[in-house]
Amino acid sequence: MSNVEGKLFIEPERYEFGAAPFHQFELARRDFFKILGAGIAVFAIAKDALARQETAPGHRSFHNEELPKDINAWLHVGEDGSITGFTGKAEIGQNIRTALAQTIADELRVPFESVRMVTADTALTPFDAGTFGSRTTPTIAPQLRRVAAAARDLLVGVAAKEWNVAPAGLVAADAKVTDPASGRSLKYAELARGKTLAQNLPAEDPITPATQWTIAGKAIPKVEARAFVTGKHQYTTDLQPAGLLYGRVLRPPSFGATLTSCDDSVAKAMTGVVVVRDGEFVGVAAPSAHEAQKALDAIHAQWKEVPQTSSKEIFSYLRQNAAAKSEDRFRKQKGSVEEGLASAAHRLDATYTVAYIAHVPLEPRAAVAQWADGKLTVWTGTQRPFANRDELAEVFHLPESSVRVIVPDTGSAYGGKHTSDAALEAARLARAAGRPVKVAWTREEEFTWAYFRPAGVIEVKGGVASDGTLNAWDFHNYHSGMSGIETPYDVANQRTEYHQVPLILRSGSYRGLAATANHFARETQMDALANAAKMDPLEFRMKNLSNARMRAVLEAAAKSFGWPRKKTQEGQGFGIACGDEKGSYVATCAEIAVDKTSRAVRVVRLVEAFECGAIVNPDGLRNQVVGAMIQGLGGALFEAVEFENGRIKNPHFASYRVPRFRDVPEIEAILLDRKDIPSAGAGETPIMAVAPAIGNAIFDATGVRLNNLPMVPNGLRSA
Amino acid sequence: MAKPLELEINGKRYPVNCPADTPLLYVLRDELGLTGSKYGCGEGQCGACTVLIGGMPRRSCQIPVSAAAAKPITTIEGLEKDGRLDPVQQAFLDAGAFQCAYCTSGMIMSSVGLLQTNPNPSQGEIVQFLQGNVCRCGTHPRIVEAVRQAAKMMQEHGR
Repeated sequence: MSNVEGKLFIEPERYEFGAAPFHQFELARRDFFKILGAGIAVFAIAKDALARQETAPGHRSFHNEELPKDINAWLHVGEDGSITGFTGKAEIGQNIRTALAQTIADELRVPFESVRMVTADTALTPFDAGTFGSRTTPTIAPQLRRVAAAARDLLVGVAAKEWNVAPAGLVAADAKVTDPASGRSLKYAELARGKTLAQNLPAEDPITPATQWTIAGKAIPKVEARAFVTGKHQYTTDLQPAGLLYGRVLRPPSFGATLTSCDDSVAKAMTGVVVVRDGEFVGVAAPSAHEAQKALDAIHAQWKEVPQTSSKEIFSYLRQNAAAKSEDRFRKQKGSVEEGLASAAHRLDATYTVAYIAHVPLEPRAAVAQWADGKLTVWTGTQRPFANRDELAEVFHLPESSVRVIVPDTGSAYGGKHTSDAALEAARLARAAGRPVKVAWTREEEFTWAYFRPAGVIEVKGGVASDGTLNAWDFHNYHSGMSGIETPYDVANQRTEYHQVPLILRSGSYRGLAATANHFARETQMDALANAAKMDPLEFRMKNLSNARMRAVLEAAAKSFGWPRKKTQEGQGFGIACGDEKGSYVATCAEIAVDKTSRAVRVVRLVEAFECGAIVNPDGLRNQVVGAMIQGLGGALFEAVEFENGRIKNPHFASYRVPRFRDVPEIEAILLDRKDIPSAGAGETPIMAVAPAIGNAIFDATGVRLNNLPMVPNGLRSA
Repeated sequence: MAKPLELEINGKRYPVNCPADTPLLYVLRDELGLTGSKYGCGEGQCGACTVLIGGMPRRSCQIPVSAAAAKPITTIEGLEKDGRLDPVQQAFLDAGAFQCAYCTSGMIMSSVGLLQTNPNPSQGEIVQFLQGNVCRCGTHPRIVEAVRQAAKMMQEHGR
């Protein structure tokens, strides 16, 4: 928990919320009077928002004025038998629309096709803090299961009353309630007809164990998939309400630059163009994207820039500017690291670095905003619709109830779409224009004005006894973050510290957060220690690992990979790495090849075993695991944001390299289904062990240790 | 205003009134409401905007509308015929070859273009051909598999 300006945030690494909103708009007089008239509403928003942060989403209900006539906030059984599940989570490609519908269908005993999910709409769905942290499957799926179970009980109760029998003997299956004694049955649709049923969620309702799932656990294809292959699905960027204007925002030449003068007279004179200047915000809206660009180009602004740290000196900066105050550190200690290191047969000290990287969602940040009767509706691709709503309400001095945020299924996010930037910009322009406005960021804006996965420096000292026992571990992460920072290995003497450093670039969540950085450092160091102790890397890990789930993924990956493998050709190398985070476990094996003459490194094969408890949808899970492995390749090998004096130097696909088809090796994903363990999320952890597995394989092939991410940025040729 | 251009898209003719240098992508999306073609970079680097011009896959963000007027254009919206998906669309659907699916229409259009000139591509040829299309979700293996399946389907059905 961190406390920023009196607000509590769940995840300590969401740095972006430490920053003030980009824009503070002037309060219009009529809005001011409106707020005076409903002054309590302003407090109510703050109190309300805080109360919600402290209340588990599962026990939160709708505002009274929004309360629909369903059995509770999350599920509705229609008179036609259609089932609608409501969740504040957003579909961003991780396939929750399908997985959550499976969960409801399974528990309610209805066909999968009869369930529809309404997601991420602040007017229709219950409050949700955001789609991040791999939380949807472990938190929302069980809640939907419980409400589905409660709904089923309710329907059984109605049937029992109808037939004047005891509910205990009745059976709910195939979307109907049957009385085995008499053979009578009533469809859910018939039971729901003409009624307004309401029931609170029971605290503990028995739900179906994973071993008895019939619809969950199956490889059901993505719902509405046909709309995606025909181009019919409408992402935020595709929306075109009547009267739409296209908005563009004037960006400073560098981070932190302030506007000193601005001549917008030419732009203002253009037909159909609306120019907005409000504090530091300068934007235009025009009937076409072309005209908006022309208007933007016609604005002549001058800025005062400030000198800033560059990517070349970032690591020394981070090391030198770590917080001295103990409250800005995370610290965990056991035994005596100094004694452990002193008595070690083999001791290794190493420094690892991790560059800033970008999310690069293929759909850039975008929003469409529309005002009507003082109320604001915004469609935007965000992972945090309710936070967007709250920020819009705050910035435009509106009661929360006057803002509605809707998230169309979005062109990916990977932790990169937490903020409200595009929503605020579109809403500001739309208010001035009196018409709906779409702001869709360009790729360059997306690379520059979003936020990044933070860079970091990690210092590690490790000591191993002569029998291969890990007996000392000293781990310091500067800036990149705390996720996955604690070692899963058994070690008597250990110290783990996170050192906060003031932000250089706007930074925030990213798939796996700092777990990728921390696993890269830890698993590379473990490999180096195994080498120092002259032990097989897998054997060394197993010797120091008692966690059965971690051992199981290591064994599964090693078995499929054929570990330990004999080299059959020159330049070949094999590496292994593992980790756990957010309740799931991963082990990755890599085979690489180094070209004899060019020294180019090629990843030949990746085998990954992943375990996240009971699997809800093996097809969707496999897609996500393989996707994380491929995305992990980019950060491992070549992705890095270059910057100097507040400018991003590579804000294009041509200069910021993401994995493409030729980079993709042979991939095998092994999914371990543990029906005895509650399902954990799977969006993040499968990315963590890719980089160290590849790095360890490069060492195996070349004897060269690459301790910096990305490892081979120059077209895989520097190793 | 310049004299109106006429575009032939998916077998229909559309008069277009916009500056001759407007990229085709913006005309398709903003003027004609054909939003299946996506903006991913505006620089011809990601392939999300791919359409067929005279049967050849082209990055519509890089083609001025005036240059697109001479030849027939096919977009993702034009592949489905009488409710039947194109084999490439069907293969993507069958393989679940998407996650967020924002790259999907560009991937499909590029693949349709590939199979028109090379009806039986090897895995290496598919990889090479799709090198200019970005899938950030990492669905590459399924996309390659979908293109192989589509080629198979088209050969079996003699298309």
